[in-house]
Amino acid sequence: MRPQAPPLIGFEGVSLSLGGRLILDDIRLSIARQEFLCVVGSSGCGKTTLLRLAAGLLRPDTGQVTYAGNAVTGPAREVAVVFQDYGRALLPWRSAAGNVSLALEAAGVPRAERGPRIAALLERVGLAHAADRYPAQLSGGMQQRLQIARCLAQEPSVLLMDEPFGALDAMTRQSLQDEILRLVEASGNTVLFVTHDLEEAIYLGDRVVAMRPNPGRIAEVFDIPLPRPRHQLATREDPEFLRLRRALFDFIQEEER
Amino acid sequence: MRFPRGLVVPLLALAAAEAAMRLSGLESDSIAPPSAIARAFATALADGTLLQATGETLGAAAAGLGLGGGAGLLLAIALGLSPALARLMRVPVDAFRPIPSVALIPIALLAWGFGFPMEIAIVSFACFWPMLIIGQAAIAGIEPRLLEVARVLRLSLPARIGKIVLPAALPRLFVAFRLATAVSLIVAVTVEITTNPLGLGYGLMQAQQALEPDRMFAFLLWLGLVGWGLNALLLLAQRRLFGRAGWVAEEVR
Repeated sequence: MRPQAPPLIGFEGVSLSLGGRLILDDIRLSIARQEFLCVVGSSGCGKTTLLRLAAGLLRPDTGQVTYAGNAVTGPAREVAVVFQDYGRALLPWRSAAGNVSLALEAAGVPRAERGPRIAALLERVGLAHAADRYPAQLSGGMQQRLQIARCLAQEPSVLLMDEPFGALDAMTRQSLQDEILRLVEASGNTVLFVTHDLEEAIYLGDRVVAMRPNPGRIAEVFDIPLPRPRHQLATREDPEFLRLRRALFDFIQEEER
Repeated sequence: MRFPRGLVVPLLALAAAEAAMRLSGLESDSIAPPSAIARAFATALADGTLLQATGETLGAAAAGLGLGGGAGLLLAIALGLSPALARLMRVPVDAFRPIPSVALIPIALLAWGFGFPMEIAIVSFACFWPMLIIGQAAIAGIEPRLLEVARVLRLSLPARIGKIVLPAALPRLFVAFRLATAVSLIVAVTVEITTNPLGLGYGLMQAQQALEPDRMFAFLLWLGLVGWGLNALLLLAQRRLFGRAGWVAEEVR
């Protein structure tokens, strides 16, 4: 994280009501280039809405969301979204390779170049052996890997991830956490990562934003000075990790009271 | 090879009808023994009248299905993707849909006279509605997340329709197409029976007016066979073409 660099994504006094209810109130937040920012909070605190605003899927009522200094008016190719419900976000009638191909087709990549790029992308997420399988024939973890591969095919600068590992079992979740850190490290992506898992947020993030509901506001921002690369055992046993976990846990508990 | 059990009852019924007609020595202008019907069928097949009439009826039905069904599908895509447009079109659709297609025969006759155009126009009108109504529901029922994926990937409108909307809705669109196909045949024959001097419906009426029940029943049975064959063909196509998509759609439900 380099705080002096101009922010890649900025929320400038953003408020949004949906169905007459104020969901987000006066959000001010900057995400630096190559930062890994995690957002936590109880359900209904507006963290998914925050992500959808950054994706350009929603427009704020007041204030503005900026990307590289310009107002976000809609989805952009350099911003990829990993949805939580991978089962619904994949095309069931296309094979794994076909699903990755969709992003390349959208970007206008010529047919002849697609094959090798699809193979390389599937290789990167460990699905090289499953190129011809259909989503229904893949496990949950593999489906989420496939969705990540499709997002990487966009060659994005930003990955927006909405509780991507929330529906996976603990073992799969841990290996995907490490994989995403490795992928982000290699490609220099900026990440906005929404989760309800506090430990996951601390393990992955450079900063963790804690939100408060009714209406959704930013309550506190925690810096995570843990060394990288992170390690499932060493990092989680680091006294600093434990201190942060306690601080964040106490904070959330206090919020819920 | 085992004898197909489904044929037992029809064959027995045919034998019984034949026996009853022969034993009673009945002479009738409205019914005929199966053997006479079979002979009339063979004659109509041999002199080409049956096949020509079939070609006329299927041609008019297919043209109407293509025009009306195609227009219905286009409007279904537009209304299915745009709730605002769907609200705008609700009153006109609800106003025109209940009109029985055969009630348009007098108008179509005035506009085009006898012949293919008037028949095709009426079949088109009839096929338009099932494609529109079922198609619109099929497209409005697509998993919203898939449309969001299309937005996030910034697919162009034609790509969104071709790569996401149509494949996702295809199994249900095909059901609409099968229904519209059945409607096209029914309406084409109805128009021929009531008005248009063409096709199988007209052949049926001619035989009836000439007091040839054997020929009339031959046309009727043939019509049943054609309808059954069409549906069987479409079912086969559905399984062959959309096996995976159809399977997934049923899995989801």
